[in-house]
Amino acid sequence: MRQQMPKQDPQTRRSNFTEVAQGFTAEQAQAEAKRCLNCKKPLCVEGCPVEIDIPKFIALLVDGKPDEALAKIKEKKSLPAICGRGCPQENQCEKNCILGRKGEPVAIGSLERYCADWGRARQGEEPASATPAPVKGKVAVVGSGPAGLTAAADLALLGYQVTLFESLHAPGGVLRYGIPEFRLPKAIVDYEVGNLIKLGVEIKTNVLIGKTLTIDELFATGHQAVFIGTGAGLPYFLGIPGENLNGVYSANEFLTRVNLMKAYRFPEFETPIRIGKRVAVVGAGNVAMDSARTALRLGAEEVTIVYRRSREEMPARLEEIENAEEEGVIFRLLTNPVRLLGDESGNVTTMVCQKMALGEPDASGRRKPVPIPGSEEELAVDTVIVAIGQGPNPILLQGTTGLALNRRGYIEVDPETLMTSIPGVFAGGDIVTGAATVIAAMGAGKRAARSIDQYLTRQKDCGVNP
Amino acid sequence: MKILDKKQLAPEIVKFVVEAPLIAKKAQPGHFIILRYKENGERIPLTIADFDREKGTITLVCQGIGKSTREINQMEKGDSFLDLLGPLGKAYPVQKLGTVVCVAGGLGVAPLYPKAKALHEAGNRVIGLVGAQRKEMLIMAEEMAAVCDELQFSTDDGSFGHHGLVTEPLRAVLAREKVDEVVAVGPVPMMAAAVKVATEFNVPVVVSLNALMVDGTGMCGGCRVTVGGQTKFCCVDGPTFDGAVVDFHELLMRQRYYRDQEKEALHRCKLEEAGK
Repeated sequence: MRQQMPKQDPQTRRSNFTEVAQGFTAEQAQAEAKRCLNCKKPLCVEGCPVEIDIPKFIALLVDGKPDEALAKIKEKKSLPAICGRGCPQENQCEKNCILGRKGEPVAIGSLERYCADWGRARQGEEPASATPAPVKGKVAVVGSGPAGLTAAADLALLGYQVTLFESLHAPGGVLRYGIPEFRLPKAIVDYEVGNLIKLGVEIKTNVLIGKTLTIDELFATGHQAVFIGTGAGLPYFLGIPGENLNGVYSANEFLTRVNLMKAYRFPEFETPIRIGKRVAVVGAGNVAMDSARTALRLGAEEVTIVYRRSREEMPARLEEIENAEEEGVIFRLLTNPVRLLGDESGNVTTMVCQKMALGEPDASGRRKPVPIPGSEEELAVDTVIVAIGQGPNPILLQGTTGLALNRRGYIEVDPETLMTSIPGVFAGGDIVTGAATVIAAMGAGKRAARSIDQYLTRQKDCGVNP
Repeated sequence: MKILDKKQLAPEIVKFVVEAPLIAKKAQPGHFIILRYKENGERIPLTIADFDREKGTITLVCQGIGKSTREINQMEKGDSFLDLLGPLGKAYPVQKLGTVVCVAGGLGVAPLYPKAKALHEAGNRVIGLVGAQRKEMLIMAEEMAAVCDELQFSTDDGSFGHHGLVTEPLRAVLAREKVDEVVAVGPVPMMAAAVKVATEFNVPVVVSLNALMVDGTGMCGGCRVTVGGQTKFCCVDGPTFDGAVVDFHELLMRQRYYRDQEKEALHRCKLEEAGK
């Protein structure tokens, strides 16, 4: 039987910001690890974007060696405490697990988290990791989200002196401002960032590349290569009347106020947030679930997810949908907002919605929602959170001459090397692919680090002074 | 981020000269910065009121209205801001147009001054119209005098210059001579009124908007403004916009959204001050 990770009771957790899933106990980790069949041809590894030797680390756990298991994971992944929590394992490693064919797959993600938390609990006891002296060169990493953190860590391990630039006042990108405390405690982000500093990475916050400094200036100040991992980061809105009424937030703004600025502790923290009794969240991805669950914790009485397709098409992880449901989030599916109405102070009061039906599959392969005529209905709201995705942030792109973009406005890269149209400038993560997952961005950061190393080694071998 | 100089310009209005070489190097009229003065503090956007590339400094002018701005104004020479990000926003496109009227209300002189200065340097005839509630609230008069070919003051209470709103001298100037552009910066109702007057005379009018924002880099969209029927982000598309097509009513409503919270924070802050 697959072990179930202990969770805070839904009634309790819906009013606190403490982490919901509390991690395996040692006994559970042992029992779960023993379920692994240690396949000769491990399909789970094929499902892992960074190809962790999963059966090996699990075998080490069975042998009672969590330290070695963690070291095995860290061979491939820099931020296991984060991935163990945020990776969509059900679509990756666990999806391929042989046990899953007849029963339930091994809880690989939970085991990874167990190892990472085991290591974190013993921080300070672990021997200082042997960092190679930075002799190979100097690289700039732009953006300290999952892609940037991973690239910076890997480049440091490969022997580069890395400067990591972040525009906000705290590093971590979406891990800091986007993913809520109850899903990813910020102490974990701090810990992983601390590890990076131990590796010799220099972190410069409050620097907006494209404005404060340009890519050209990064080269001029001795960086021989640049990795751009700035994420998507420009929120989409619905484009419906009334969207600029007060109380209508992008998920980015709502979550940034709460997570980065800690508005839930106002006035101790000085950034305010207003949450009404009735909150509607538009969209059904992970960010929408995060927003809805955050709204509950801020004291909203009724939180509704409004989504134009059906349950089957909801992009969020099943686990997050279930968590939201358990906490009391209401789902209004096949429902599309068409306009917002407000009062005389300009505050939103009503969301007018239209019922939808599913038609033929569209370009995404999902059945296209079609409005049902005459089906308008009103939803009383005090707060609306728009969580329908985001596009490329223009600042760096406009501030960098010669950087080729694709049709959708994201950075064009060589699919093999991740190099952009500017020699020595690499890019990866959401700013290349459009909004995707944390692990995909980490995978890109990892590949870019390897590719930058090859590029700079080749330059050196050819006697080119990059 | 160290404060190199501090000067009280008026009651509650303080000028800081801050060490920020990277920002000073790139600063243009119209740019702003975001600062945080302490660990739990808000991210506060402030316009760059002046910059000195050689000395590597920028000038900020802050009016103590809420808790955060009042606390910022208590910082002293030698202190450092915790975080300073910039330059942000699009620069105001300075051109040689001919005659430009620069209208400021209250604290609006601070964002207006670098534009007036650049317009003057670009060879325009610059007419400055500066309004305030009362004489002691008039700021940066000397700086403005140095870059304006003509400078008029007005106060709401008549304690200095024209007795009345700053839009009245604006109307007089526009009736008097041909003007190529009006630049208006100040509180939203003042900008809306200035736009109305300029539009009556068919003169293009540029405004600098001060929407509420969090990150200042296009990430949150909290600073949405409607310009020409389209939603723009004040931080990356502005803060300078064509005033004739700005929805000022919406902007005013949006600026007031956190008023109750601001009052609460200020009230607590005053209680703490009283307790000391």
